[in-house]
Amino acid sequence: MRGALVIFRKDLSIEWRTREGVSSVLVLGLLLLVVLTVAHDAPPEAAPALAPSVLWATFLFTGLLGVQRGFLLERENDCLAGLLVSPIDPAAIYVGKLSANVALLAVMQLFVVPLVGLFLHLDLMPVLPALLIVLALGNFGFAALATLFAAISVRVRAREVMLPLLLLPLLVPLLIGTVSATRSVLAGGLALATDAVTVLVAFDVIFAVAGWLLFAYVVRD
Amino acid sequence: MGDVGIRGAGGAPPPLVAEGLVRAYAGVRVLAGVDLTVEAGETLALLGPNGAGKTTLLRVFALLLRPSAGRLALFDVDARSAPPALRRRLGYLAHESFCYPDLSGAENLTFHARLFRVPAARERVDALLAWAGLETAGRRPIRFYSRGMSQRLALARALLHDPDLLLLDEPFSGLDPAAVETLQERLVALRKAGRAIVLTTHDLDRAAPIATRTAILHRGRIASVLDSRGADDVAAAYRAVVAGGR
Repeated sequence: MRGALVIFRKDLSIEWRTREGVSSVLVLGLLLLVVLTVAHDAPPEAAPALAPSVLWATFLFTGLLGVQRGFLLERENDCLAGLLVSPIDPAAIYVGKLSANVALLAVMQLFVVPLVGLFLHLDLMPVLPALLIVLALGNFGFAALATLFAAISVRVRAREVMLPLLLLPLLVPLLIGTVSATRSVLAGGLALATDAVTVLVAFDVIFAVAGWLLFAYVVRD
Repeated sequence: MGDVGIRGAGGAPPPLVAEGLVRAYAGVRVLAGVDLTVEAGETLALLGPNGAGKTTLLRVFALLLRPSAGRLALFDVDARSAPPALRRRLGYLAHESFCYPDLSGAENLTFHARLFRVPAARERVDALLAWAGLETAGRRPIRFYSRGMSQRLALARALLHDPDLLLLDEPFSGLDPAAVETLQERLVALRKAGRAIVLTTHDLDRAAPIATRTAILHRGRIASVLDSRGADDVAAAYRAVVAGGR
């Protein structure tokens, strides 16, 4: 796992230097939030019902952009091949890229969640600990699946189209789980979200293990 | 490009044995049964016209492509298993540099040194940057490097972990005459230290003086293997193979 750490640090170092990934997902996240809240024009009493779908729709589309960019780093100068000729397990490459994606998405969530509260006039502080758990589970599950599929799509010509086409259908269970869990958390706390959280944990475990096992077959010709 | 220490090598099985290697893309056989053995302490120049399969063959040797058929053994280890420890013994220079444009030359080499667990990595990186003539430029992002500087950095990356088998795809590409001479000296020193080197090139004048054998790849097969010869003899043999369609 030392290799994973080296790759994770490299990705953070490049991101820190260029800030291209963070800035693009933050701008897109802000725009999506504005569009979705303005389009709904919801009264304050409808906000708790609306906030979960606004939050996770924003997360989904900005996350796609962030994860895709993370793998485009490896495409330039055929850097992915540089990783594959090194003496590390391909699974370590997956873990390194997954960790970097989780970190990028977490930064995006830190930015987007307060804005959802602001735009929809919701006080999120009382439910923040429970909400953080749901956010973390949603983040990890999305990144686990998206990292695997980004590795597939980065090698094809129509990669910008291919990643959403491959990924979005498989993300439906995660989207249902996160929206349901967030709605329950906003209504009363994590105790109400047990079923949805179970779905999220199962999703995270299944696709993290699948990514770990399949990554070597995905990235090698 | 200056001097960098080379580790000594002991006796061992042949670094590379290929038997009947086939690689097909969408039904087209780019490699149509390559048989080749490379011993420690030799430099094999691999020649061939465009599309002969040189780059594909090197990518198979570098464990980036799986052969469709045939057998490849590296250091007596079946390449199908491709254990990480085996990749530590290979150094591969491709057409692309494998380096991140937003990192400096030094940062790129340090990153690869960490992946390969190179001991005394900082000293090794500094030595290779000096060898490549990139002491100053090595602190700048490589996005601003010229073609030749990128090639020198890529060579430094391939040499970083002092591999036992060097696979060099067009190593002289983009280099100025002084850098070519330094690279030739380096490759000769590595060969004398027991490393095995396979290089592809179209530049007979630069490859002939350092090659101990020359193989001509044509239509996916090794059409001819020559012992150490002058560039004119190699060129004549090359023309005969390509014109004859052997």
